[in-house]
Amino acid sequence: MASIKIDQVQKAFGKVIAVDHLDLEIKDGEFFTFLGPSGCGKTTTLRMIAGFYYPTKGMIRFGDKDMTRVPPEKRNTGMVFQNYALFPHMTVFENVAFGLRVRKISAKELKTRVQDVLRKVRLEKYSDRQVSQLSGGQQQRVALARALVIEPEILLLDEPLSNLDAKLRDEMRSEILRLKEEYKITTIYVTHDQAEALSMSDRIAVFNFGVCHQVGTPSEIYNEPANDFVASFIGEINLLPVKVERVEQDHVYVSAQFGSESRELVVHNLPYNFNPDAKGDLSISIRPEAIKVFEQQTDGTNILKGKIEKVEFFGSVINLSVNVAGLLLQVNLLNNRSNNLESGADVWVQLPEDQIRVIPVVSGDVSC
Amino acid sequence: MLKNRDTRFTILLLIPVLLVLVAYVLYPSIRTFIESLQTERGASLANYLDFFSQESKTNLQALWNSVYISILSVLVSALIGIPLAFIFNRYDFPGRGFFSSAAIMPIVLPSLVGVMAFMFLYGETGLIPNLIKDLFGLEKVPFKIGGVSGILVVHAYTMYVYFYMTVSSAINKIDPSLEEAAYNLGANRFKVFWKVTFPLLTPAIVAASLLVFMISMASFSAPFLLAGGYRVLSLQIYFSKLNGDMEVAATQSVILSIVSIAFLLFMRWYQNRKDYRMATKGIGAHRSEVKNPVMKWIMVLLGIIGVIILLLPHFTILLLSLVPDGTWTWQIYPSVFNFENYRLLLQDPNIFKPLKNSLILAFIATAGNLVFGVLTSYLLVKRKFIGKNFVDILVMIPWALPATVIGMNLIFAFNEPNIFSFGNILVGTFWILPLAYFVRHIPLVVRSTNAVLEQLDDSIEEASRNLGARWFYTFRRVILPIIMPGVLSGTLLAFVESVGEFPTSVLLYTISNRPISIEIMNQLRMFNMGQAAAYGMIQIALIAIVLFISNKVFGVKAEQSLS
Repeated sequence: MASIKIDQVQKAFGKVIAVDHLDLEIKDGEFFTFLGPSGCGKTTTLRMIAGFYYPTKGMIRFGDKDMTRVPPEKRNTGMVFQNYALFPHMTVFENVAFGLRVRKISAKELKTRVQDVLRKVRLEKYSDRQVSQLSGGQQQRVALARALVIEPEILLLDEPLSNLDAKLRDEMRSEILRLKEEYKITTIYVTHDQAEALSMSDRIAVFNFGVCHQVGTPSEIYNEPANDFVASFIGEINLLPVKVERVEQDHVYVSAQFGSESRELVVHNLPYNFNPDAKGDLSISIRPEAIKVFEQQTDGTNILKGKIEKVEFFGSVINLSVNVAGLLLQVNLLNNRSNNLESGADVWVQLPEDQIRVIPVVSGDVSC
Repeated sequence: MLKNRDTRFTILLLIPVLLVLVAYVLYPSIRTFIESLQTERGASLANYLDFFSQESKTNLQALWNSVYISILSVLVSALIGIPLAFIFNRYDFPGRGFFSSAAIMPIVLPSLVGVMAFMFLYGETGLIPNLIKDLFGLEKVPFKIGGVSGILVVHAYTMYVYFYMTVSSAINKIDPSLEEAAYNLGANRFKVFWKVTFPLLTPAIVAASLLVFMISMASFSAPFLLAGGYRVLSLQIYFSKLNGDMEVAATQSVILSIVSIAFLLFMRWYQNRKDYRMATKGIGAHRSEVKNPVMKWIMVLLGIIGVIILLLPHFTILLLSLVPDGTWTWQIYPSVFNFENYRLLLQDPNIFKPLKNSLILAFIATAGNLVFGVLTSYLLVKRKFIGKNFVDILVMIPWALPATVIGMNLIFAFNEPNIFSFGNILVGTFWILPLAYFVRHIPLVVRSTNAVLEQLDDSIEEASRNLGARWFYTFRRVILPIIMPGVLSGTLLAFVESVGEFPTSVLLYTISNRPISIEIMNQLRMFNMGQAAAYGMIQIALIAIVLFISNKVFGVKAEQSLS
């Protein structure tokens, strides 16, 4: 087990910069996720940690050891590839034993260790099978066993669930969490699936276009997105461009553009809601579930009149699209069997002043 | 700046590969070119002017003859191969499977042996013309092959397979829904064929045409045995060399190479230009069953006749090999059959020696091909380096060059000591033949290895290194075992082709080290057909075994190993 320090790392492929100015510190035993859309640099970073790429600039350390230019075979990381990369000419047992054979482990110990890890991934009965005879989920578990059996300092998982169907994905997700508890190994998990990232990770780094936008726990990332990219990539969000009108002791007044009309909204002047240092273009963000809906006109701050355009029924949740002066707001309501909202109806929505966050707009800068 | 370990390692692997390619492919070609510029008055283009001048009619005539025969070969092969591909892939009738596998039988016949079979079948004293003469009580034989018609018949027999295979695979790749869409939009059968099906097949037909053109430009065995007084360029090179006109031979070689390489470049350009590869996966063959009983049995009958014609040469060789030498002299048909020739082959050391020589020579050459091919292919497919295109072209040169030219190149390069032969003269020694066979089959082994390596995902190698294995361990324990079946099937094919190799052998062999193909030629000259045919049968058996092993053990289809 080891902590990982990524220090001012840049990776360029010719003229294309895949990762830039990356600073990360991953703690010993942490389950750390790189989250981002495809082509955002998360896999490149993982491959630099595995040693398949060397950084153009910067340094990578495991604990105190400088690993920047150590070849992959000397890093003692265990990697699970997106397509599993099982050796097709070997049985399950031979696949798992490969790393131990390379390490010249005695035959007796090798056998116990392989059987032990196969038991942990519940494949002990399959040890003599050819890997091609296994299902996708089983191949996945062989890949995990093969990476775990060498007792790596770091476990690297490159989108391991992306080739599985929805049901197996849930199953493997809990399997990976179980193994993480059992081995307590520093784990880096690469995914583009925010649900996986939020439910599994201790901490998440959100990537886009080679830049890391935010590092934090799942709830920090979800509740306190650093900018509009993070806010819109994780979960659903309503974003409205705003200008700050005036800042008072307790409240901040912003003007938001609804179609042609401009409305003033009130936001708490608290670190969660407003960062006075935020520069450039600003936007307010509010999660769909934070918006309140009233069927009658109500008194209070930040109340806007709108018309329901669409009602989507999901069972436990009802999603509404509310048209406020030409702008669509997404609203999620819990189904309590009392709301019988229909499209076309007039409603009043409230954006609670403690739920609004003023965040910088970066999407334009990073050139989407 | 030496960037990192991996880059250094790539360079380390690249050095031997480049050395071999430069020494045995590039340098000999350049030597031939330099030789072609030699005249009594120093370096000049005089030899080329001579070649194209009106006085030396034979050269121009030979070039024209080569082109003429090649064009005719393309036409005849296409006329046989394309309809067959349609019939076997679009219609279902009894025996279809059997007929379609029989259709590739010509590839089981080594070129020299095939030509020999055609001589005995359809030549002046051939079995078929004489049989017809006797059956109908004719005065003289109704037809005989020789000269242009002989070469053409042999070319059509061996080369229609290229049309048959490329067009078949193109037909099977056509998504049936494309044609169905055309019908659905109101097109009739005729229109669908000419507007949809045929345009989709043009890339395959053009590719096959260029391939057949190249192969028949390079063809040596058929003109050698059948041409009579008819001169083609590949044969002219051989005669110039026999007469000692080395500069002329060099000039002819360069001109023949230019034609071949021009075609290769044109072919690559064409193949990259258009790609109709269809995205749909898992297309099932859709064959319509022939319902009309009369049509059905006509097709079966034609199929049977076709198979007989296709297998007649093999059968003739088998028959001849059972006729002891000296028992078939003045008679029209052989009358004595036994295993005398095979007994002699195994018991008489003098008769066994050429077979042994060929096996040893082919083994050495193929072992070289295996090591070199795997290394080169690994570099080309899995490593990045500057100049990859250059290496790729060097690898393909021996495929584009006619065998006769390769033989001449090696003569010019190694009839004098140089660093690439470690200061030895190789011409006239044992080593020149394995070297020639090695060079000839570089493209075959590299390409068949490329095909399997491209299938191997890079992450397999990375997984192994991630688990702590060094490169060599990874290569030995992971990469090699996975690609071995594909590699071996290519290598085995190179082996049997080396055993039967004729054009380079006839230019380079030494009396003390005669390979089997030279001995077949000698036995034919002495009218020992039986012994020649026995040698031929051994080769046919070897090829059949190799194709069988490739198919059953390695799961590689004969069609794939050829293309």
